[in-house]
Amino acid sequence: MKGLPPVLITAIVLVAGFAACAVQFPNIASTRVVGNLLTDNAFLGIVATGMTFVIISGGIDLSVGSVIGFTTVFVALAIERWGIPPLVAFVAVLALSAAFGAAMGAIIHVFDLPPFIVTLAGMFLARGASFLLSTESVPITAPVYSTVSDFALRMPGGGRLTAIAIIMLAIVIGGVLLLRLTRFGANVYALGGGRATASLMGVAVGKMTVKIYMLSSLLAGLAGIVFSFYTSAGYSLSAVGVELDSIAAVVIGGTLLTGGQGSVIGTFLGVLIQGMIQTYINFDGTLSSWWTKIATGVLLFAFIALQQGLVALARRPAAKRAGAVS
Amino acid sequence: MTALLPRRGLAQILALIVILAVDRVVSPQFFDLRLQDGRLFGSLIDVLNRGTPVALLSLGMVLVIATRGIDLSVGAVMAICGAIAASLADSHGLPVVLAAALGAGLVCGLWNGFLVAVLGMQPIVATLILMVAGRGIAQLITEGRIVTFTSPDLVWLGNGAILGVPVPVAIALGMLILTGAVVRGSALGLLIEATGGNARASELAGVGTRAMILAVYVWCGVCAALAGVIAAADIMGADANNAGLWLELDAILAVVIGGTSLFGGRFSLILAVLGALIIQTMNTGILLSGYPPEFNLLVKAVVVLAVLLLQSPKLSGFAGIMARLRRTKP
Repeated sequence: MKGLPPVLITAIVLVAGFAACAVQFPNIASTRVVGNLLTDNAFLGIVATGMTFVIISGGIDLSVGSVIGFTTVFVALAIERWGIPPLVAFVAVLALSAAFGAAMGAIIHVFDLPPFIVTLAGMFLARGASFLLSTESVPITAPVYSTVSDFALRMPGGGRLTAIAIIMLAIVIGGVLLLRLTRFGANVYALGGGRATASLMGVAVGKMTVKIYMLSSLLAGLAGIVFSFYTSAGYSLSAVGVELDSIAAVVIGGTLLTGGQGSVIGTFLGVLIQGMIQTYINFDGTLSSWWTKIATGVLLFAFIALQQGLVALARRPAAKRAGAVS
Repeated sequence: MTALLPRRGLAQILALIVILAVDRVVSPQFFDLRLQDGRLFGSLIDVLNRGTPVALLSLGMVLVIATRGIDLSVGAVMAICGAIAASLADSHGLPVVLAAALGAGLVCGLWNGFLVAVLGMQPIVATLILMVAGRGIAQLITEGRIVTFTSPDLVWLGNGAILGVPVPVAIALGMLILTGAVVRGSALGLLIEATGGNARASELAGVGTRAMILAVYVWCGVCAALAGVIAAADIMGADANNAGLWLELDAILAVVIGGTSLFGGRFSLILAVLGALIIQTMNTGILLSGYPPEFNLLVKAVVVLAVLLLQSPKLSGFAGIMARLRRTKP
């Protein structure tokens, strides 16, 4: 089982962290808090699932936050100003974001450019496009929105499993199956292992690159729709910095940033860990929200250092040479 | 010295001239300059002044990219150092303030350099850590508030003038000359390029690649610190949330526009600064033209893509033709 040890470590960190929180604030260990945690991080979970595929394939997608912002504005305007039925608006925006991702993937492959700079341009483009649509926050009052917001499965203990949390869980499960059980998933790992090798093994590298970025943008579009359900509004400045949160979630989840190894489950746990830190800070009340960033940074460092150590161990099992670590 | 201004700068200079001409059309007073209270004013000076933070960042970034690295944390480092400068400004003298802020930038650079050079992390990943955590640290220093100050010394750094030239512009010019003298006046620049071209081969050839990588990240941190102090001095306060936000992207963009390849191995300081000026001239032009500033992002996206496609290895045939055309023209 590839990538299992890091995932186990992530799971242990999550459980230990949750236990520590629960000791200090017994109320944290309730389905209410867990339900809220899932709802608050639904869009992050969806977008991080897409990011997992990109990073395992050896790429990176910096445009996802902007795509979320664009989607919320587009959906809000389409429903409120242009009078398009919500479902049609959703399909249109998903098609748009998928095409956007496919274009980025095609540019990365055809012109052999670093993904990070191409998706950076994509990030500018999507954010700029959402600014062009509207710089104001557009409230959404369509009946679908209140219906979806009100819908929730009751969990024992009074917790609410909201519709957007269910969507997120479905995407995570779908992501796990897609990555583990299909040829597509195997090809993603192969690409991350080495493009030349993958190509020699018969993977259509170009097609795969296009598909992977398409998937990531499509999920970012879906995350945008979920985000608009979450806030009942479209705003061009929403989800700034989400690309970093989702990369952090993927890394904390044990996926190797160089590609070739990782799992969607790990990413999900990474999202939960970030949510847990936020919940703890809310419960504590005296800590400020910026501690979330510092804590995420520390975790990020710890997990990358751990990966680095594991990779180094795998490469040279001999005792470390002098001067390797100061 | 031909090394400082290679012939490949022609495209960038032409681009700058074209954008300046467009700005002149959009705003007829664009080239007007006037001297008031011993300081020059005018749109051109404004471009230079506002372009200073990105120009300073690009000075550090270009060296990092030359080693095949990238530093995503410069915006966060700006926020940290601006916060430190603003909190100390009213209680300490300028030397102490500067030493503390630049020292913090140095430490940030050392941290990044340590991760990349010693632990061998990928630069994007290594600097992502500080990018995420750095803004939190900056907010910790300002305690979540926007710290303002009135210290005339620090304000002078952002708004004063030397012989009519705004101080930030003078500082950026000084840094450009200093950096140029150090890396191009010695073999250092060549060694940095060698590290970026092929770290392993350079190492075998006796280049201290680790020391090189460490040094460029430290320098990048110091440049970011200076940019942070100037940005804070400019608005007489430090805003941990917004200081230097997205400027790392502008700095990378400036370096790319300056023709430095993201694959490392060669760099030009002057062209990187020129890239920063091109970006700022575009920004100012869009502002003057009355279009919403949001257009900036779209224009930047198109420019990045265009420059990337020209740099693309797959299009080297096209670039080769361009180069040959350029060579036949004297």
